[in-house]
Amino acid sequence: MSAAMESARTLAMGENETTGGARQSVGAPFGRAMVKLGQSRPEVVGLTADLGKYTDIVPFRDAFPERFFNVGMAEQNLVAVAAGLARTGKIPFATTYGVFATRRAFDFVAIALAHSHLNVKIVAGLPGLTTGYGGTHQAIEDLALMRMIPGLTIIDPCDATEIEAATLAIADHDGPVYMRLLRGAVPVVLEPGYRFEIGKARKLRDGKDVGIISTGLMTERAIDAAAALEQRGISAGVLHVPTIKPFDANAVAEFASSVGRVVTAENHVVVGGLASLVVETLFDAGIQRKVTRIGLPDRYIECGAVPTLQQRYGLTTAAMTATIAALA
Amino acid sequence: MPRNSPPADPDIDALRARATMLRRHMLTMARGQGAGYVGQGLGIADVLAALYFHELRYDPHNVAWTERDRFLLSTGHYSIALWAALAEAGIIPVEELVTYGADGSRLEMSTLDTTPGVELIGGSLGHGLGQAVGQALGLRLDRSEARVFVELSDGEMQEGSTWEAAMSASHFRLDGLVALIDCNGIQADGPVVLDMEPVGDKWRAFGWETFEIDGNDLEAVTGALASARHRNGRPKAIVLRTLPGKGVKRIESSEKSHFFRVDVAQWDSIIADFEQSVGAGA
Repeated sequence: MSAAMESARTLAMGENETTGGARQSVGAPFGRAMVKLGQSRPEVVGLTADLGKYTDIVPFRDAFPERFFNVGMAEQNLVAVAAGLARTGKIPFATTYGVFATRRAFDFVAIALAHSHLNVKIVAGLPGLTTGYGGTHQAIEDLALMRMIPGLTIIDPCDATEIEAATLAIADHDGPVYMRLLRGAVPVVLEPGYRFEIGKARKLRDGKDVGIISTGLMTERAIDAAAALEQRGISAGVLHVPTIKPFDANAVAEFASSVGRVVTAENHVVVGGLASLVVETLFDAGIQRKVTRIGLPDRYIECGAVPTLQQRYGLTTAAMTATIAALA
Repeated sequence: MPRNSPPADPDIDALRARATMLRRHMLTMARGQGAGYVGQGLGIADVLAALYFHELRYDPHNVAWTERDRFLLSTGHYSIALWAALAEAGIIPVEELVTYGADGSRLEMSTLDTTPGVELIGGSLGHGLGQAVGQALGLRLDRSEARVFVELSDGEMQEGSTWEAAMSASHFRLDGLVALIDCNGIQADGPVVLDMEPVGDKWRAFGWETFEIDGNDLEAVTGALASARHRNGRPKAIVLRTLPGKGVKRIESSEKSHFFRVDVAQWDSIIADFEQSVGAGA
């Protein structure tokens, strides 16, 4: 095997979310937060549909075996059972992959959970393009699907700090939640002192030429791209939007007004998700800015090594920097 | 309110009178809008009479009582039967029944859980059993003695989610869970379109202790419910053979019994016949 082939060979399932940069990482931040929650909140229970090992919920299972239920490969039942548990006062955290939680179990999320505003948290692994396993496993349209469900809170965290903070925050929030999961070794991107709050966007960097509005793991790349752009004389700000719903339209409008043009960056198709929300927000507020959408095209993504695919679809820091520099 | 146990010997005559009242309420409701899922409701009237006036532990003045037995009506379109039972039980006013299916009424043609006494939104078929499994798990974590009863239908067994839930109930050894499977032989497109027999064998194969009875025979229904009380590590399935429209000859013999619609004069005639058959003042 050639060196080039060797370097391109990553696990198809993409066990870790680190980009190989200089940042520190934390192992299984969701599992750590779940153990903390389990200790302080006896009503928190865990569920999975045969993906416990792959969604970082094993530490909770091991600490609280009597409060953990594995329903097997049955995502409709996963959501239905969680709904029933919530009706007895429990706070169920149900894990599976995003593709199964959304495509397979949509009717149960919409009707069994959200219609009754039940207190269930769905935590969904392999968001967007974080696996090379192909269209069956890449949840590239999950945010768009979930956005259409009334009353559902949707979170796309960007790093280990935020995963932990958001896990605790959604347990305190009374109502159904869909949260994207970054699993395995997850980088620490946010500065100490960052405070996560459901429904709030945070400006992480000031800039005047370009405003990058990002969510999920694209925020790490947005920060790095903004630093690289500065070297090229382009002033780029970054607004991190971890909550997709309810959307912080005021913060987005204010940020967009303060920059020359807007770039959206999401680990998701560019229809129906963050880009659509930003464009709708600017239109509603009467703010005229050109918007460039970084994200996945409206098509099924092929199999391959994750870094290769992310490079091909413009999601890496280098690709993003080049895209934005070319706008000037 | 402390939990007590159902009496050992059911008063069958009293339950029969309750079932007649439920049927009377349902005819009143169906006449109001001229239509409804009255065939299914009449078919399951005896089962609801046995549940609400014998087997279930609940407090009509506190529907949120945590120690109540839960009754989940998975087939939301059988709401006409549930409204009749909830009214007869004193949970909703009897006078409200005439609003069934009317604009602005909380007595919808398919259940919403915003109406008191409703334990789930039951219109999308295949949802009830899984939610019943979750409730039974939650009650067990709470060391509660409350049980969970869930009604589902023969047509609903065609939904794959029903079997996902059936597998999990026996895996989790939910012996406080009782599934009441209404096999009335009809579904939206007519007589059951996909053969589900042998129904009892399917539930037994999935690990459920299974009873197969005439769902319009109150002695059989109360007997099966008594047998289903045992906490033996297995969920219970009671397969109910019921007749759509039971007790109202013209609906029993109707070919359109999935959704029954006739004009007001015909309703009046149907109700007069019904009252004559049960005896005036019954």
